[in-house]
Amino acid sequence: MQYMLLLYDDPSAAPAPDSPEAAADFERWMTVTQEMQDAGVMVGGEALLGAETATTVRVREGDTLLSDGPFAETKEHLGGYYVLDVPDLDTACAWAAKLPNAPTGSIEVRPVMEIPAPT
Amino acid sequence: MTGQRAVELAFREEAPAVLATLIRQVGDFDLAEDAVQDAFAAAVASWPRDGIPERPGAWITTTARRRAIDRLRRDRGLADRMAALQRLTEIDALRRDEEAALDAPAIGDDRLRLLFTCCHPALAMDARVALTLRALGGLTTAEVARALLVSEETMRRRLSRAKRKIAAAGIPYRVPGDEDLPKRLRGVLAVVYLIFNEGYAAAAGERLVRGELCAEAIRLGRLLVRLVPGDAETEGLLALMLLQDARREARVDEHGAYVALDEQDRSRWDAGRIAEGREALRRALERRAPGTYQLQAAIAALHCEAPDAAATDWPQIAALYGELARRAPSPVIEVNRAVAVAFAGGDGLAVLAPLLGDERLAEYQPLHAAHAELLRRAGDGARADAAYGRAIELSDNAVERAELERRQADVQADRSS
Repeated sequence: MQYMLLLYDDPSAAPAPDSPEAAADFERWMTVTQEMQDAGVMVGGEALLGAETATTVRVREGDTLLSDGPFAETKEHLGGYYVLDVPDLDTACAWAAKLPNAPTGSIEVRPVMEIPAPT
Repeated sequence: MTGQRAVELAFREEAPAVLATLIRQVGDFDLAEDAVQDAFAAAVASWPRDGIPERPGAWITTTARRRAIDRLRRDRGLADRMAALQRLTEIDALRRDEEAALDAPAIGDDRLRLLFTCCHPALAMDARVALTLRALGGLTTAEVARALLVSEETMRRRLSRAKRKIAAAGIPYRVPGDEDLPKRLRGVLAVVYLIFNEGYAAAAGERLVRGELCAEAIRLGRLLVRLVPGDAETEGLLALMLLQDARREARVDEHGAYVALDEQDRSRWDAGRIAEGREALRRALERRAPGTYQLQAAIAALHCEAPDAAATDWPQIAALYGELARRAPSPVIEVNRAVAVAFAGGDGLAVLAPLLGDERLAEYQPLHAAHAELLRRAGDGARADAAYGRAIELSDNAVERAELERRQADVQADRSS
């Protein structure tokens, strides 16, 4: 089964860019990503630039409306995702618990919808 | 006994085990449940006519499995339909003795697996309670709804949402591995104790006791002790529930009014329950792995051992509450500790003082009820009167409110005389 792990963080708690803490943080993400690849469970994943770079798009009555910022103002922002292929929810949650942001942020684990192949 | 009643009893006894096995074999909660329901309907039709089968459990298992096969053949929408169908057909072709040999060691495991699934932390707490009662307790949806004081429709939706999440989110049907087992087992115990408490002290509604839930929780407790042998806290929880349940009848008088512990007729305590509870506690304590359920059970045992309220070993109870507060600090435990300290001759009001200064507890009813009680014992009628007033205001249990009003009236009478 495939699961998406949506990674949420409070950006005000993140270490300053180019600081030794940020480098150590990056190292931790690389380590766990490598671990997922070695275990053969990683389907994909990306880190995102900050929410201040986000643009939200809506089409209303034919009009395309853009607005600055993420669609919902929350303290924790979506900062990246992984897609894993694992046997069950327990395994997906065990991977989520290993992520470097688990002690400070939150990880939402969602099953990926299976679209039946056209026959 | 009428045929219909015999069928109901047999199902209550056998259905959870049959359901657990069938869920493993077909891998689908709803289909298994429907098939067991079909078997029930078949029994209602045939048992009163042909007599109760010699082994009702085996009859239900075979019938439910064949109904599941029928349903699998009809319902083409189901994922993994062919694999499930093949599995069931193979089992169905076995001779009775071969089948029994195949199932016998797995039956206990199946129920344990199902219990861990129903109590999975990815499900909402109210869903865990409802699913556990439905799947492991063998209660119908209507019975679960009645016991938990919600409408049947609400319960049906709650159960189907939970089952959908189990299937869609891939909540596994298995006993957790060694690493996760202790924590997940604690979670299962918490659900069982919640079921017990839901029955023991219904906060809302007129009936103080919904005994069916207590009995169900105790059955689950016994099952867990059997399936997870050697766990001190599992035995501790069973002991705690038995020792509390022993006093259940005595908590309500013949008019349905609440009777406080110190005023209960102790001859109405259930000696069988007390003996079983003390035995479970003894086994638990021998394992030298203390925990909060064992501590609470030890407190309950001290109450049960005392011939009357005055002869209770209050210093020991106060010390046990102190240890509980250290392991699992909470206002509930502090309030109880304050009462025990006061009954042991110490300054219980001093224990309550920090709680009374905590704004977050301003509407915590048991705190004000205990405060009133300790003020009354200390002879401070004026402040006791006010504290009873506050406790009565915050109470949503009619039986308990009546008792507080009686005590407030006593205090008021003393003050005016």
